[in-house]
Parts: sequence; structure tokens; C-alpha cells
Amino acid sequence: MLVIDQETYDAIVAHARRDHPDEACGVVAGPAGSDRAERFIPMVNAARSPTFYEFDTHDLLALYREMDDRDEEPVIIYHSHTATEAYPSRTDISYASEPGAHYVLVSTREPDTVEFRSYRIVDGVVTEEDVTVVAALDPA
Amino acid sequence: MAIEVRIPTILRTYTGGEKAVSGDGATLADVLADLDSRHPGLRERIVDDKGLRRFVNVYVNDEDVRFIGGLETGLKDGDTVTVLPAVAGG
Repeated sequence: MLVIDQETYDAIVAHARRDHPDEACGVVAGPAGSDRAERFIPMVNAARSPTFYEFDTHDLLALYREMDDRDEEPVIIYHSHTATEAYPSRTDISYASEPGAHYVLVSTREPDTVEFRSYRIVDGVVTEEDVTVVAALDPA
Repeated sequence: MAIEVRIPTILRTYTGGEKAVSGDGATLADVLADLDSRHPGLRERIVDDKGLRRFVNVYVNDEDVRFIGGLETGLKDGDTVTVLPAVAGG
């Protein structure tokens, strides 16, 4: 199950809406091993595409260095689908490389309905999980 | 010549869980070959028969090697190689 606070949830949805019709992407980092999605980090979609996303290569290096310095890991990796459902595509599955992360998909295909779903993607196998939105994460 | 190679989580199964390993070689290709002798299978996750895999990024210090010479990028003592899978999808 993914537990996410309302503010982070809203920030992910707002980012997806803002970048529509291109896909939006980013990370929510948290202390390594904690499974706590604490630090919202929107990323630039270097592909600037309605059907593809990719973190810019230098942004990616800077992000992982920063997380390493802070002893963090990507707890959530999110991106949007702008014309299809919030379910991992074949390319999402083949490039998924963080087996410990919650892969969040947001669909912006409907302007007034939010589709926000979360998955584990491990060795090419997709497992959907429940999403629980809380007012604030419990104290660490 | 010691080159530190930083390994992403998903490839640490090849390094016994180590976040970084040490390699030897004058070019990136040499270092990857050297690493493969102690960590069999690692190289194949980074390169295929056409060269660097499209969705694996390799950096020497701060530069993505795609922009500075690819597998033939020269290395010197003290350089750091970082391997990071692209975060990408459709």
C-alpha cells in the first residue's frame, strides 16, 4: 500500500495537469528504507512528449547524487498519461528499474476526474496497490 | 589505476550489494571488461552488441559519456564512473 499525504498528492496531480498534454514526471524521495514519501521533486520531461517521458540525463545524475548525500531513495516515481488510463504501459514496465519504488500513474485524459493509481513493478511484473491519502504522514 | 564505479540499486545483485566497486582500465570499455571479470553479467546490463544500452546512463565524473566519447571515453586515476538506469517510460 502507498501512504501519501494530501499536499504531495495534490502537488503530483497539479504537475500532471500543468504539463498536459505532455507527460509530467517526478519523484517523491524519503529516507532510505523508510517507505515515507516526504520530499516532492518535480522533474522536467526531457522528451516533452504526450506519449513518452524521460528525466534529463544531467538532472538524473544531480537527483541521485542529492538523494545519496541525504541518505534518501526514490519512494515514489510518478508520471502522467495524457490520453490513456493510469496503468503502466509496456515501455513503463520494460524501463522500470527501481523495484523498491511505488510507481504512481496519473491520467489527465478527463479534465475533471482524477485517476491516481500506484503499482510495484518488479522484474517486469506489475502489481497494483491501494493508495491511502492522509492529512499528514505520522511522525517518523 | 583505480576508477570508482558507482552501481545503481538494481545492479547491486552483481556486486554483492556494494554501492561502488573499483575497476581498472584506460577507457570505459576497459573498465567494464575488468569489472566483468569479478562481477560476471554486470557488463551485459550496461552494454549490448551495439554499444551502450539506450536506457542506461553512464557518467564519467559529471559528464554523460554519450557526449564525450561513449565506450572509448578515456579515464584517469581518480575518475568516478556512475551508472544510472534512465527514468523513462511511455
